[in-house]
Amino acid sequence: MSSTTTITGTPNAGTAQGTYGIIAEFPDPATTFHAAEVVRDAGYAKWDVYSPFPIHGIDEAMGIKPNKLPLMVGLLGLTGAALGFAFQFFVRTDYAIVHQGKPASAWQVLVPVTFEFGVIFTAFSALLGMLAFNALPMWFHPLLKKERFLRVSDDRFIIAVEAKDAKFDPEQTKQLLLHAGATRVETVSDE
Amino acid sequence: MSVLRPDESAARELAGLQQPLASAVPWDPATGDGTLVNDPAQRAPLVLGNRDFHSITETVCGYVEKGPGRWWNPAFLIAAHVAGLMPLMIIYLIITGVGVWGLNNQVDWAWDITNFVFWIGIGHAGTLISAILCLLKQKWRTSINRAAEAMTIFAVICAGTFPGIHIGRVWMAWMLAPVPNSNAIWSNFSSPLLWDVFAVSTYATVSLLFWYMGMIPDFATLRDRAALRLGLNPAGGQRLPIINVSVDMIRARVYGFLSMGWRFSTRHWINYEKAYLMLAGISTPLVLSVHSIVSFDFATSVIPGWHTTIFPPYFVAGAIFGGFAMVLLLIIPSRELCPGMKDIVTRRHLENMAKIILLTGMMVGFAYAMEFFIAAYSGNKFETDVFVYNRLMPPFLADTLGGGRYAPYWWAYWAMIFCNVVTPQVFWFKRGRQSIPVIFAVAFFVTIGMWFERFVIIVTSLHRAFLPGEWHMFFPTLVDILTFVGSIGTFLTLYLLFMRFLPQFAMSEIKAVMPQANPHAHGHDHHTHDDHHAGGTHAATKHSPNTPTTGGEA
Repeated sequence: MSSTTTITGTPNAGTAQGTYGIIAEFPDPATTFHAAEVVRDAGYAKWDVYSPFPIHGIDEAMGIKPNKLPLMVGLLGLTGAALGFAFQFFVRTDYAIVHQGKPASAWQVLVPVTFEFGVIFTAFSALLGMLAFNALPMWFHPLLKKERFLRVSDDRFIIAVEAKDAKFDPEQTKQLLLHAGATRVETVSDE
Repeated sequence: MSVLRPDESAARELAGLQQPLASAVPWDPATGDGTLVNDPAQRAPLVLGNRDFHSITETVCGYVEKGPGRWWNPAFLIAAHVAGLMPLMIIYLIITGVGVWGLNNQVDWAWDITNFVFWIGIGHAGTLISAILCLLKQKWRTSINRAAEAMTIFAVICAGTFPGIHIGRVWMAWMLAPVPNSNAIWSNFSSPLLWDVFAVSTYATVSLLFWYMGMIPDFATLRDRAALRLGLNPAGGQRLPIINVSVDMIRARVYGFLSMGWRFSTRHWINYEKAYLMLAGISTPLVLSVHSIVSFDFATSVIPGWHTTIFPPYFVAGAIFGGFAMVLLLIIPSRELCPGMKDIVTRRHLENMAKIILLTGMMVGFAYAMEFFIAAYSGNKFETDVFVYNRLMPPFLADTLGGGRYAPYWWAYWAMIFCNVVTPQVFWFKRGRQSIPVIFAVAFFVTIGMWFERFVIIVTSLHRAFLPGEWHMFFPTLVDILTFVGSIGTFLTLYLLFMRFLPQFAMSEIKAVMPQANPHAHGHDHHTHDDHHAGGTHAATKHSPNTPTTGGEA
């Protein structure tokens, strides 16, 4: 699956200015899945599958490698727990409340709040990290101006290949997508 | 193009310019909906009515765009009026003082904390369904998780109000949070009451994030539908009165903002699914911790009846038990009032929830029995007395068994036993757990029983201290009662608003568990590319056997 490596280079000279790329519509998840494998094997890098729900196993069909999101969330969660513990420790040192004859150094009572701090940091970093890794929020996007594209959120399956991709060629890419089973291919302008 | 494109019919239908195609097979109550199959080799369908993806979108978005039905307006009006009682009672409480409640020198926690634990417990089912069932890969959760998560948020809002107002000087509530202040006083982090503040606020926040994250794709669907309608009819169709703004314009903007510009990209979906799984993973210990910490409020004290190590698991089981009952209390009437939901929330779903109620009900019943055993086994006279003479002994047995003494709150205890332990037993019988009226009745009893459980734990343990001179009965006042009634109204009002303005079902998740969503449904080999044209899921594409055209329109 060497096809996933980004091919650097100048965009294809034949690309018309002001074109975002090509969108191709596919009739169902199975065809989309196989078309994704075709596009992957053809060596494209800047392309994506758009579907109303995540198609099972599509990451492999597209050749997407796991990223560092879980690692980041885990580290931030642990950081949160550490901060929570440190904060409680500071508070108990700054304003010592002697109660029930318990030693001031008892760490066990700090566990519940430490845990809650860890949870809240994990939750925020999962949501915000997901948005950040996806470059969202992005309320304006060339694709969202395309009427056909808006139906993806209902029941359509679309593969979009960007004109920025080094291998992009308006005619060849279109033929590849049609050969892969696309029912309709359209160009999207980059307004 | 002058010729109507095939998929234009879908958009015209959205804009109300065309009648929708006949979609779902009508539900037949006489034969059941066919999901109650007994054969373990056969999986019950999760979605009925031979639905395709579009028809799921249509149904779920329909509740938002056209409203859930004519019943909604009167229901909302009534609920909102009942909800109004809550601020009224709270204002009265604040300007008069806690004396307006039935609290006395002995019983200093009563309905306030009972209501708090009751509502926070109800909130637990939402996270259980969305997190634990997600980790256990229970696909049936997709039909009910959104409603249950919404219910969680609203229950936590009701729950959070009560500790806030029970502290006496409400204007000092900010001292619950550890903030630097001019007295240089910090909160006591050794106190379970402070842990509770952190647990409940963390729970509210994480539930909100989880709920919101689940809705991002569905907000995008609502945005796109509004945008499509605006594209077909730039005048904007229905307009708001007075300010004269197109409703679809508002939808496109508001849902568009909330959707964060989601565009259903697979590269996004992959991160989304990962983040969702991580939220589910962290919510699972969270949901267990929250009610455990609530139970620490009691268990770490030395009051007989509270000082019990079984409290954390017992409270968690009870919370799930009461929460599922509330989910059923909301889902069953919704499904009757919005018949389209019957294809999404099938009778199988209701039966599954009935089974969870039976399981958690047995756990709660076991805990009730174990409390008695441990009280007797401990040999502690005060502990035994709390259970036998504060809770258990009815007056008519006082002479024969109780040595002339009876428990003043025996009726509350036995109401709890009847509702929580006896009534769920009908779910052992298939006819019981498959009958919707029976499920509804049991859910109703369980909700009452779980309120009584908290009342029994709190009031019966407090009302008699170690000396008979410290024995006082608790009686609620009208303010106590109306505040609680108001909180029910608040809960229902928020839920009705949710039904009207937010997607009630996780559309993308439901679509993903439908059979058409399987990319390998036709025996396509994973690794061959030469048979793309071998056929498609025709059920999935009712509207679009699109003719292959290469129209390069930009």
